[in-house]
Amino acid sequence: MIEAAGLTKRYGRTVAVDNLSFTVQPGRVTGFLGPNGAGKSTTMRMILGLDRPTGGEAKINGKRYHDLHHPLRTVGALLDAKWVHPNRSARAHLRWMAKSNKLPAARVDEVLELVGLTSVANKRAGAFSLGMSQRLGIAAALLGDPEVLLFDEPVNGLDPEGILWIRKFMQRLATEGRTVLVSSHLLSEMSLTASELIVIGRGKLIAQSSTEEFVSRATENTVKVRSPQLPALRQALTGEGIEVRDDADALVVSGVDSATVGELAAKHGVVLHELSPQRGSLEEAFMQLTGDSVEYHTDITDDHAVAAAAAAELMSQGK
Amino acid sequence: MTLLAVERIKLFTTRSPWWCMVMALVVTVGFAALVAGTSNADDPVTVATTQFGYGFGLVVIMVMAALAVTTEYRFGTIRATFQAVPSRSKALLAKTTVVAVLAGVIGEITAFGSWGIAKLIKGSADLAINSAYEWRVVAGTGLIYALAAVIAVSVGTMIRHSAGAISLVLIYSQLAENLIQIIPNVGPKIHRWLPFNMAQHFLTGRPDAGARGADGPPISEITYSPWVGLLYFGVFALVLLIISLWVVNRRDA
Ligand SMILES: Nc1ncnc2c1ncn2[C@@H]1O[C@H](COP(=O)(O)OP(=O)(O)OP(=O)(O)O)[C@@H](O)[C@H]1O
Ligand SMILES: [Mg+2]
Repeated sequence: MIEAAGLTKRYGRTVAVDNLSFTVQPGRVTGFLGPNGAGKSTTMRMILGLDRPTGGEAKINGKRYHDLHHPLRTVGALLDAKWVHPNRSARAHLRWMAKSNKLPAARVDEVLELVGLTSVANKRAGAFSLGMSQRLGIAAALLGDPEVLLFDEPVNGLDPEGILWIRKFMQRLATEGRTVLVSSHLLSEMSLTASELIVIGRGKLIAQSSTEEFVSRATENTVKVRSPQLPALRQALTGEGIEVRDDADALVVSGVDSATVGELAAKHGVVLHELSPQRGSLEEAFMQLTGDSVEYHTDITDDHAVAAAAAAELMSQGK
Repeated sequence: MTLLAVERIKLFTTRSPWWCMVMALVVTVGFAALVAGTSNADDPVTVATTQFGYGFGLVVIMVMAALAVTTEYRFGTIRATFQAVPSRSKALLAKTTVVAVLAGVIGEITAFGSWGIAKLIKGSADLAINSAYEWRVVAGTGLIYALAAVIAVSVGTMIRHSAGAISLVLIYSQLAENLIQIIPNVGPKIHRWLPFNMAQHFLTGRPDAGARGADGPPISEITYSPWVGLLYFGVFALVLLIISLWVVNRRDA
């Protein structure tokens, strides 16, 4: 289990991580979601004791990383697949890591086999393709058979086959009862990999919930209605306890379908110029949710609307 | 012990230390061969002059030592290291030890190799190592190389960038210390107390009567015991090491 409590990191005047608290439970893949620069990598480095938090702390199974004995046996991490000396062979890279935590040398060959790198084990890591580097990084993370695993954007730049392989791999690790935290800036990817989501934006926690809950909350419809009699329509809707928002010259109605809105309008004799179910772009909504998109700031700020847009996108992709 | 083995694996599974070792050996032994080959009855080769290549070897050693840590920063393996060994001081002390021991061994091999090749080439010359001075000038090389490696690793740890660390170490040890002598009056006085001059003093201080420095490392004119020079150089290396550990524990990996 990973617990972050009030985790904060400042670089000069930049607040990279801002009072972040969350827990990551074993037995499932937890997605760590946020746009570029949200502070995912920084958080992971703090969990691993590489960056010193400005405030708060992160604990793994109740201990700070520093206090773990032979930490690779408890925590495996892949933060950057390029963190390998290019002139060192894959096997040599794993060999020194194994040695450092008193792991048997035979374990090196085991993990190489596990990720399918046995045939290139003695090749220099600098000549590896991105996919192979990523596999080597995963082998390194698995070396100590750890119960906690952290992966920072493991599918970045991989082809569909590689992405699928990693996705299956993460899920298998979780099924084995391990704690798996995987970061990504793609909501669509995370919705396929993770069963739990921690969403951050600009270093702040935005949501922690199960992916399922996120999606079900998101499947609530929003309906856009335009009418020359907007005030009357608004009154009619709110009178029924329905949630309504202004969006330029229209209203956005959430929680009910277009039929309900239409019937209600007819009952109150309101003329409608438009009545359309809304589906926004998943990633766009996500950007707005995480507060990174200033340029396109609209009224969509409450997470219902965003979740709705997100789910709509998911469904439109047929996933 | 485990950490020493880890650093040994890391050092010897890349190519640069091997290159540096070969280069140090070729340069020092090569110069010794040159010195011995061109010597004659009027200008005989001596134990001290066989060590002509000492300074070049020192440069190579310091480059190797600085690279041992700066490449870890360059390729991000320092993070993998601290992930595996969260106690940064332990990890870096292990690295420093391994690099220093290797430098010491290279120092002894190159020094005795230089002396040996001269003896082979000029069997007739008096190359017996019998005075304390002669022992220091040859066998002392390993000690100085080891301490210089500690200095270079520490600077590498502090600076993190290969080019920056190497230029700093080399410009300081090869250029800056000597240039200070140019300052009128105080220059030479300051120069006496500078660490690499002290290292020099350990090797070539208190020369035997009639010893020449022209072809060997320059003879030191400082009068106190050469061992003070070694101690001084050692303390300097230790101070830099402590500062580098302090820095590395404070900052983000
Ligand atoms: N070492 C550093 N020095 C200064 N600023 C930093 C440093 N590391 C990160 N930052 C800043 O902190 C913020 C968070 O960065 P971080 O790399 O953690 O984000 P991220 O969520 O991993 O983004 P990405 O999806 O691009 O990987 C960014 O604004 C970044 O510029
Ligand atoms: Mg990142």
